[in-house]
Amino acid sequence: MVIDWRDVLRHGLQVLAFCCVVAVFTNMIWPDTGYGQQLVHSAATGMVTWAVMEFGRLLVPRDRCYRGHGNQGHGWPRGWRGVVLTLLGLAAGFLIGRPLGFWLLGRPLEYSQRDAVLSLLVTIAAGVVGSFYFFTRGRQAALQAHIAAAERDASQARLMLLQSQLEPHMLFNTLANLRALIAVDPAAAQRMLDRLDGYLRATLGASRATVHPLADEFARLADYLELMAVRMGPRLRTTLDLPDALRALPVPTLLLQPLVENAIKHGLEPCIDGGGIDVSAARAGDRLTLVVHDSGVGFEPAQAAAAGTHFGLTQVRERLAAAYGARAHCAVESAPGAGTTVTVTLPLDEARP
Amino acid sequence: MKPNAPTALIAEDEPLLAAALAAELARAWPELRIVATVGDGASAVREALRLAPDVLLLDIRMPGLSGLDAAAELADAWDTAVKPFPALVFVTAYDQYAVQAFDAQALDYVLKPVQPARLQKTVQKLRLALDQQAQAAINTEANKNDPLQATAEQLRQLLAALQPAAPTAQAALRQLQVSPAGSNGNTIRMVPVADVLLLQAADKYVRVVTAAGEHLLRTPLKDLLPQLDADAFWQIHRATVVRADAIDTVQRDEAGRLHLTLRGLAEPLVVSRLYAHRFKAM
Repeated sequence: MVIDWRDVLRHGLQVLAFCCVVAVFTNMIWPDTGYGQQLVHSAATGMVTWAVMEFGRLLVPRDRCYRGHGNQGHGWPRGWRGVVLTLLGLAAGFLIGRPLGFWLLGRPLEYSQRDAVLSLLVTIAAGVVGSFYFFTRGRQAALQAHIAAAERDASQARLMLLQSQLEPHMLFNTLANLRALIAVDPAAAQRMLDRLDGYLRATLGASRATVHPLADEFARLADYLELMAVRMGPRLRTTLDLPDALRALPVPTLLLQPLVENAIKHGLEPCIDGGGIDVSAARAGDRLTLVVHDSGVGFEPAQAAAAGTHFGLTQVRERLAAAYGARAHCAVESAPGAGTTVTVTLPLDEARP
Repeated sequence: MKPNAPTALIAEDEPLLAAALAAELARAWPELRIVATVGDGASAVREALRLAPDVLLLDIRMPGLSGLDAAAELADAWDTAVKPFPALVFVTAYDQYAVQAFDAQALDYVLKPVQPARLQKTVQKLRLALDQQAQAAINTEANKNDPLQATAEQLRQLLAALQPAAPTAQAALRQLQVSPAGSNGNTIRMVPVADVLLLQAADKYVRVVTAAGEHLLRTPLKDLLPQLDADAFWQIHRATVVRADAIDTVQRDEAGRLHLTLRGLAEPLVVSRLYAHRFKAM
């Protein structure tokens, strides 16, 4: 159990200030006793009520409470536990705080029934107002903490995406190839640099634009595959097939990129003789079908699913679900030694995902 | 060209990088003769055995056998009676963990893109090593095995350091799920790890041998190893893990290689040089 004493002090002072206000009202009800005495009564009742609630909530299991800032705190109990705690606090305020006030003032504990009912009503009213204040504050803090956590998760996901796309191994190998090309074929080196430029621009900017035309998607894949073709030489053969009629269709930016990277990394790189990658787009009724096929080593789909290491595929599925819900899907067909085919199907009825 | 000019073999799967490395080496070490350039680990082992170069430049990430596995396999197959084991230089684009491991084992490496100044340092080290080797060969014919044993030890430590770390607090594996021969994967059988005598990697499978029979397992040996009790199961080769309690005899042949037999199993098993330290008393 962790107690943040600064929080406790802050709450206590807030309650004390509130008691000063309550004393103004009670002074109107019992004007003959004077503000000083009313303040003592109000403070005694208020502070006992507050102490019961402040420390009582620490006895409630943490997972039953709203969380404070940074998920550290032990916030207000949720549901009926919060109501019970409020009632307990009020009862303590009335049964302990009130006699305490009289004792502090050195006065005997005697009063009319009308006064007792009135002060009970005042205690309840003040208690409900105070509890409501702290309850909403606590819920707001919990909400803010929740939003902050969600933002952290989103940044984390963006970082992972960027890292997966800008793999240092790929980058340095490409630079090494460029260095080699400059000496033997400067014109080819320039072309390779332009491809790298296109690839980096698209990768670094992908987090901003959410959709682009299918023709752009294929151009970015061509950049990447051209870079890989320089590196792998005759070990890589590629075909990109995009019918003219489909060029302008909007698709999520770099949706296919992780699939093509997987095809190279997991499909072809382990093959001594390399192989081919074919990317194609086709229209079937009101659906757009995008296919990434490689003739590489393939894998056992059941085992890969169990291993759960397919970040690229997971990412494609999550993006599809976010953009199209259940109307888009991504199917993987593979077997050891038989290559891999990933088919992405998107609805065409909406111009915009 | 002098007949005793130093020779080198380059193993690099990216053709442009192989050519660039050869060109940089020609500048940094003009006498060095590149006897072969290969694009994968298995070819590197084959050609190195055939051509016996003085220096091996191995890319780490290659199709098939990685540069490290190729070096380990070569260390086993090498016949030190014919020629000293080649000096190893690993080449990598980016691998911070590998680089740390190399530093720890004092094995030489160069980073891609290859920087001429860095390569010059490597060349100096290689020249020194080759000179010392020549000196040692004149002074004494004995102890030829030791430099290779040292390299084997470095490689073993390196491979262990680069092994994917075992998930912390993972319980040791108790049972293996195997598919009995001819079951088409429709049936699985549970084999208690306590019954296993031998695990042997074969192609895409692992042979699981018990006193009662043998089975095939689809999990790669590399993934299986971290889940086994390291005291109960000893790796004796890249592809072989045996139950330590079941070891019956260990014999050294004329070529200095160790062979091991297990109780209840007729087939002899080869002990890799990388793991021969287990049987140091010999």
